[in-house]
Amino acid sequence: MSNPNDEDAKAVRARNGRNILLALSLLAFVVIVFVITVVKISGNVVPH
Amino acid sequence: MTRHAAISTAEIVAPAIESSGGVMVEAARWQDYLSLLKPRVMSLVIFTAFTGMVCAGGAMHPLLAAVAILCIAVGAGGSAALNMAYDGDIDALMRRTRRRAVPSGRVQPADALALGVALSLFSVGIMGLAINVLAAGLLAFTILFYAVVYTLWLKRRTPQNIVIGGLAGALPPVVGWAAASGHAPLNAWLLVAIIFMWTPPHFWALSLYTTGDYAEAGVPMMPVVKGVSSTRKQILAYSLLLAPLGVAPALTGLGGPIYLAVSALGGLGMVVLAVRLVFSRAGEPAPPLPLGRREGLYDVRLAARPARDLFAFSLLYLFVLFAALLVERIPIVHGLVART
Repeated sequence: MSNPNDEDAKAVRARNGRNILLALSLLAFVVIVFVITVVKISGNVVPH
Repeated sequence: MTRHAAISTAEIVAPAIESSGGVMVEAARWQDYLSLLKPRVMSLVIFTAFTGMVCAGGAMHPLLAAVAILCIAVGAGGSAALNMAYDGDIDALMRRTRRRAVPSGRVQPADALALGVALSLFSVGIMGLAINVLAAGLLAFTILFYAVVYTLWLKRRTPQNIVIGGLAGALPPVVGWAAASGHAPLNAWLLVAIIFMWTPPHFWALSLYTTGDYAEAGVPMMPVVKGVSSTRKQILAYSLLLAPLGVAPALTGLGGPIYLAVSALGGLGMVVLAVRLVFSRAGEPAPPLPLGRREGLYDVRLAARPARDLFAFSLLYLFVLFAALLVERIPIVHGLVART
């Protein structure tokens, strides 16, 4: 039978991993929106 | 650690290791959520969509091109998660799929569904806002076709499931083409038609040596419903249609001489392997193994080798066809081909 403390530690590690993935996904979303905005705006700038 | 902290930790952790049907399961790791997106299928989708974008030949900003590819990849992942959420019950019955995150209980179907919906909305929304409405519409159609028409409707009802449902897997080149140019011309649909025609021989060859799995799960794959002999003949019929269709882009100007040579040889290879398959005993019940020996998951009996060979060759065939289209568009190769 496995030690309940080991199970807890495993579950906490798994949850941390999921949280990090979620944080990175949100960060990527922000970067994507920023990049799209910059590209779209720079395409509309009239050259002087 | 204080008592309060200990209780909090237990309360937070408990749901992650909750039992599923009375059986203790591991907590879901981030890799489990990524596996819901079927990364290997996604890589083929990215490759064919990228080829469509390059063939469209528009002057697209590289960053927007990367965003379009990301949207197509995420859309494919979202539809795969929707498929996994719904198919957990039959995945649990098949040896090939029972270790997946949903059937093994590590990810709840509702969580997979939520992930699939979120990714699908994200991919279509960003595609529409950043690229164009046509590409977003085609992407939305692809996702809906895979999740609703194939997964919910066809897969459990008809042996034509992968023939009609194959359209979802065939559409990425036209999505890529539309993203790059805003149009979906006949040449783009020609690429769709090639993948569409390629899907039945590819998947039926695989199903010929995994028939038992599908029968156990009640999935009406062609060998289960119509028998292995009929399936082998139908594989040959689709290969005979695929071979000339594969050459067609060379006649419409989409492919050049490299493509012509590759598609002609590749098509011939498909037909030869399909003929060999027709005269084989692939898919028929194999004699029992000697006592004490268990069959491995990917063991292929001698009689089923022609099916395995066709399956492997079909992957190579599709990859080489699309790679030839890409290679011909590398400036130096294009220059050399134009000079000859």
